[in-house]
Amino acid sequence: MTELTRLTITAAREGLAQGHFTATELTQAYLDAIEPAGDLNAYVLSTPEKALEMAKASDERIAKGEAGMLEGIPLGVKDNYAVDGVRTTAGSNMLKNFVPQYESTVTANLWRDGAVLLGKLNQDEFAMGSSTETSAFGPTVNPWRRDGSDQPLVPGGSSGGVAAAVAAHICAGAAGTDTGGSIRQPAAFTGTVGIKPTYGRCSRWGIIAYASSLDQAGPIARSVNDAALLLRSMAGHDPKDSTSVDRPVPDYQQAVGGSVKGMRIGIPREYRVDGMSGEIASLWDEGAQWLRDAGAEVVEISLPHSKYALPAYYIVALAEASSNLARYDGVRYGERVPGRDIVEMYEKTRAAGFGAEVRRRIMIGTYVLSAGYYDAYYVRAQKVRTLIKRDFENAFHAGIDAVLAPATPSPAFGIGEVSGADPVEMYLQDVFTVTLNMAGLPGIAVPAGLSGDGLPLGLQLIGRPFGEGALFSLAQVIEEAAGRFECPEKWWL
Amino acid sequence: MSVDQATVRRVAHLARIAVTEEEVVHLQGELNAILAFVDELAEVDVTGVEPMTSVIPMTLPLRQDTVTDGFYPERVLANAPVAEDGFFAVPKVVE
Repeated sequence: MTELTRLTITAAREGLAQGHFTATELTQAYLDAIEPAGDLNAYVLSTPEKALEMAKASDERIAKGEAGMLEGIPLGVKDNYAVDGVRTTAGSNMLKNFVPQYESTVTANLWRDGAVLLGKLNQDEFAMGSSTETSAFGPTVNPWRRDGSDQPLVPGGSSGGVAAAVAAHICAGAAGTDTGGSIRQPAAFTGTVGIKPTYGRCSRWGIIAYASSLDQAGPIARSVNDAALLLRSMAGHDPKDSTSVDRPVPDYQQAVGGSVKGMRIGIPREYRVDGMSGEIASLWDEGAQWLRDAGAEVVEISLPHSKYALPAYYIVALAEASSNLARYDGVRYGERVPGRDIVEMYEKTRAAGFGAEVRRRIMIGTYVLSAGYYDAYYVRAQKVRTLIKRDFENAFHAGIDAVLAPATPSPAFGIGEVSGADPVEMYLQDVFTVTLNMAGLPGIAVPAGLSGDGLPLGLQLIGRPFGEGALFSLAQVIEEAAGRFECPEKWWL
Repeated sequence: MSVDQATVRRVAHLARIAVTEEEVVHLQGELNAILAFVDELAEVDVTGVEPMTSVIPMTLPLRQDTVTDGFYPERVLANAPVAEDGFFAVPKVVE
């Protein structure tokens, strides 16, 4: 039944509808593929019993003609989504025994539409990282390797387990989250499609918070069409998240294959940064040509504050993180280390429960919010954020429909290669992705080619607020021109 | 701006994270690298620019001030490190 795991979600739905196979058989095929894939370390918890129960219920609904739009489709979920009764750790020792008694809205939407949970996927601790190396469960390994090399590479992060599992066909698609690039950079590193929708499009309720004004949920999938289908299920208004937007969710699949004729695509000149690989620069040019060939008009634009997005992000995100993670005090949930008094209990609990990167980020966030520094750092960064958003607004007012940019400055790197003494080196991974989170805009990463040594490279399209439909149309043009990218060798078997 | 070791200890205490002397030395270097990186923002002219409060313009939704959820203390306490008699238990905080 291994061939069942090769199907796109769209093809699997057709097969289920026509009775070629059952949801139970499809789910079992994925469970059989997960079992020997331990070397990838993509799953931190697999839930085979729950999966087979859900698949059985799907088969009953299919038989009754009551199939939902994701009926019987086996999915993985990043480990920062609360799933009722299923251990949820956000990749942290702090939450190593946390079993939520409630369900996140986005996962509830997926189950409402009939999807099947295969398990929880690895991530950087509290989504703080760009390589999945900060996870308390150890790094996830990218299914892709350089030609002729067996050096283990990172899958990107923080949704590294999500992207690796999708690329390795050990789930049909998966739910990730993106605060500074955490869906799009791993998608680019693994040859998969990842979309971060407009801020407010998906509910954040029940997702373990990192930086609340930047966090958004989104899918990673093996095709643009699959991503469109998953996002339609995940998105929607939720009264439990006051920043969730009350507007109808379009049928994104209708946009896939839609014409891009006459669309104006901006190429931001500020994104031609020093140190960008020549391969990525030429891939960017090629992507622009594909869109031109499909009838879009490609023009150079200026987003003058782009270079300040990353430093502003590291103030805003870390300030919000220091505030959000104050809840881990060893009292209501999470681990506790006893102390002589309550302050010592807090300090020991947090020193033991958080990993090095999380402690570092909380401390920076605490510093920039502390008396005497708040205006100089935090308020200033929020002003710069206004300027970054204004750059995009100016481009959209001038008639630009979407922006084309690389997804990452380089292909996947080796495990341990970028986690040296200077944390800023890793932060530069987000240079092309973070601007969108700062401006609340949607962005999709779509695979567009291979590097000289055989690793996937991605392009990114950035849209107007709630312009996800246009992004799916444009991404489909790239998918059709570039083809889909399958990892050539299942070395983990 | 850069931080000295006393500031590292003060910030760690504000953040309620215990640090060893050895960690203070490392953290000082790491924090200063990040602060040097974000110092780039000082060159941006932000005169007359309003700080961002919400990326998507929206008014905060209101609802009736009524209880809409609850009445399951055992689920609320299910993940508590220590719970007694239906309460979260903590070390004594009042002498």
